[in-house]
Amino acid sequence: MKQTNLQLDQHGRLHHFLTVEGLPRALLIEILDTAESFAGVAEQTVKKVPLLRGKTIVNLFFETSTRTRTTFELAAKRLSADVLNINISASSTSKGETLLDMLHNLEAMHCDMFVVRHADSGAAHFIARHAAPHISVINAGDGSHAHPTQALLDMFTIRRLKNEFGALRVAIVGDILHSRVARSQIHALTTLGVDEVRVIAPKTLLPAQIETLGVHVYHDLRSGLRDVDVIMMLRLQRERMQGAMLPSEQEYFHLYGLTEATLAYAKPDVIVLHPGPINRGVEIDSLVADGPRSVILQQVTHGIAIRMAIMSMTLRGHASSQQPVSASRAELSPLNPVLSEPGSVLAKPKKGQR
Amino acid sequence: MRITIRAGRVIDPANGVDRVQDLHIAEGRIFALGAAPDGFSADQIISAEARIVCPGLVDLCARLREPGAEHKATIASETAAAASAGITSLCCPPDTHPAIDTPAVAELIHQRAEHAGQARVYTLGALTKGLAGTHLSEMISLKEAGCVGLSNGLQPISNTQVMRRAMEYAATHGLTVFLHAEDAWLRNRGCAHEGAVSTRLGLPGIPESAETAAVARDLILIEQTGVRAHFAHLSSARAAQMVGRAQHDGLPVSADVSAHHLHLTEMDVSDFNSDCHVIPPLRTMRDRDGLRKGLAAGVISAVCSDHQPHDADAKLSPFMTTAPGISALETLLPLTLHLVNEGVLSLSEALARLTHLPAQILGIDAGSLAVGKIADICIFDPDHYWTFDKTHMQSRGKNSPFTGWEFKGRVTHTLLGGRLVYALQPCSR
Repeated sequence: MKQTNLQLDQHGRLHHFLTVEGLPRALLIEILDTAESFAGVAEQTVKKVPLLRGKTIVNLFFETSTRTRTTFELAAKRLSADVLNINISASSTSKGETLLDMLHNLEAMHCDMFVVRHADSGAAHFIARHAAPHISVINAGDGSHAHPTQALLDMFTIRRLKNEFGALRVAIVGDILHSRVARSQIHALTTLGVDEVRVIAPKTLLPAQIETLGVHVYHDLRSGLRDVDVIMMLRLQRERMQGAMLPSEQEYFHLYGLTEATLAYAKPDVIVLHPGPINRGVEIDSLVADGPRSVILQQVTHGIAIRMAIMSMTLRGHASSQQPVSASRAELSPLNPVLSEPGSVLAKPKKGQR
Repeated sequence: MRITIRAGRVIDPANGVDRVQDLHIAEGRIFALGAAPDGFSADQIISAEARIVCPGLVDLCARLREPGAEHKATIASETAAAASAGITSLCCPPDTHPAIDTPAVAELIHQRAEHAGQARVYTLGALTKGLAGTHLSEMISLKEAGCVGLSNGLQPISNTQVMRRAMEYAATHGLTVFLHAEDAWLRNRGCAHEGAVSTRLGLPGIPESAETAAVARDLILIEQTGVRAHFAHLSSARAAQMVGRAQHDGLPVSADVSAHHLHLTEMDVSDFNSDCHVIPPLRTMRDRDGLRKGLAAGVISAVCSDHQPHDADAKLSPFMTTAPGISALETLLPLTLHLVNEGVLSLSEALARLTHLPAQILGIDAGSLAVGKIADICIFDPDHYWTFDKTHMQSRGKNSPFTGWEFKGRVTHTLLGGRLVYALQPCSR
């Protein structure tokens, strides 16, 4: 039949990271544990580990992004990889080169990983399906489909602050319809087994049959926030006002803006997450964004550790699986100094963690 | 050339025939059924033992890509593919480039098809100039150039007044209007059925209401104008119900469905399979079953291929930016026979929906094996099991999602006007 999971190699290890959906719980936990081991790296004076030395990672951004691209770049550099940033909106697709032509050109330059952001849902899957087998693809956001590294850094943040997932009640608030972040968060939360996931939005910002993803739908912010442990806010894009999705920012803030008053409906130790960039006074009040319940800046920090974990796990995955077959060729190649190194270094902190 | 097709099971739904018998052809026409008339001697005998002999199939909607997109396919390539699929008559919608909004384009297509000589090609003229939905086309000139009806292709006419006037003008002259029921605003940028799968994949959805709202509007205008109208490729169960109700009320409306909408659903899109990117979109299992029900009840009276061949590049990009459509001529009969195996239709009912019923919709003299009729004939082996492989397709477009499907029933011979235009090579069995 069809390929069972494009993201995993034949040993069940991560080869691409395209979506949270369909990944086993144990693998998500492994990513979080690995990230935990990397979180310490940033606090050392030398912020680098040599795990991906000699690897070339290409940030292929077909959509502009500052935060995500920067954290991917930092993560890659802290793993000692070489990083190439390509902003394609201004580059060759406007000259009529197809996505595949561009991919094959980059492959010809012997890159090891593509980190892809694209405005079309399914773009990362498409690239993973057509890239050469030795290349790993990481989805840095595709259309309204998935943003799995964001979701995992959110899970990392939640686990750090709440320790366990099991008893948590989580509310996702805002433009679920267009949000790749929300979809990935929902898959991550349901896979990790939280008690309840709620989505809170007006009908115009909810996709059809969202409840099939295992969430409870609320249209009223106050009742949706009642007794939740975690609030995940979504960014409201201003374009939405034009598409007859909403009457105005003022009315949206009035009904769905997170303020100190609405925050009071949640549990007293609630934490507030936001994938950024935040629209102050549109979806969230500054007092909340900068207040004691907000963990927004911690999310950014955790983003680097999560991306280091995912990059090292995907590249380690096929470095070790290819090793027996291609050892002789690897020895000949000056570009590939020590293939066995990544796996061995990584194994240590992981065991220490458990 | 005189041909005898020997000992086949002749199924001719138009005339209620289903009997094992010989069929004799002379001068391109059906000469006799059963025993050979005195003095008839065949130049060629085609043995059809254990095979089914039926009228050549009539396909209501097949894009040949010529003129304008010859890099995808040509009239010659696609009519040859049609012949290999048992299709002897097909109808080409007006969305060529340039559109069929002048007699010259219609004539060009007819001439090239005649020159290729593989299948009869009929055309629909554009309902509005350039399919822009603003000015009426010269419908009578198009009719005189041989167009069998009018359509606006896949371009919805959003301006209700233009639609009303177009229907009125067509009705004045007794022309049939072929409708693609789609509300452009509800469709918006959608590329997949709005439902659980589009939500999961983050694909912009096309709600069922994009079709039903348009059907509702068009039915009201059909009633008002009295035009004879045909809804092409319905995709939702509710739309089929609405058309059924209108027929019950005596409105002159008919409908067809594409073969793929009778077999695939939104679930087939679920790994971003661009070969399943079609317009209208594949909808739910409930819709698929509703369409089957409508087909069995006769509300939907024809199955078409909705053939849309594409070059490989057209399907090589992220799902939403790929070109919609399936290269479908060669799966039309196998997929329809599949419905027989699944108990949806009897064999004779299935063949009726591929032969004389679509011919009736087009108003053409085809789909019958009565003595004196043009000898357009399809012979197939109903027990031939084969596995479909898109790389072996005759069509230039290899964009089919049916690779790996097990089919039962395969065309062995196709005759066009008493001339053998296709014979299955024994080696490909």
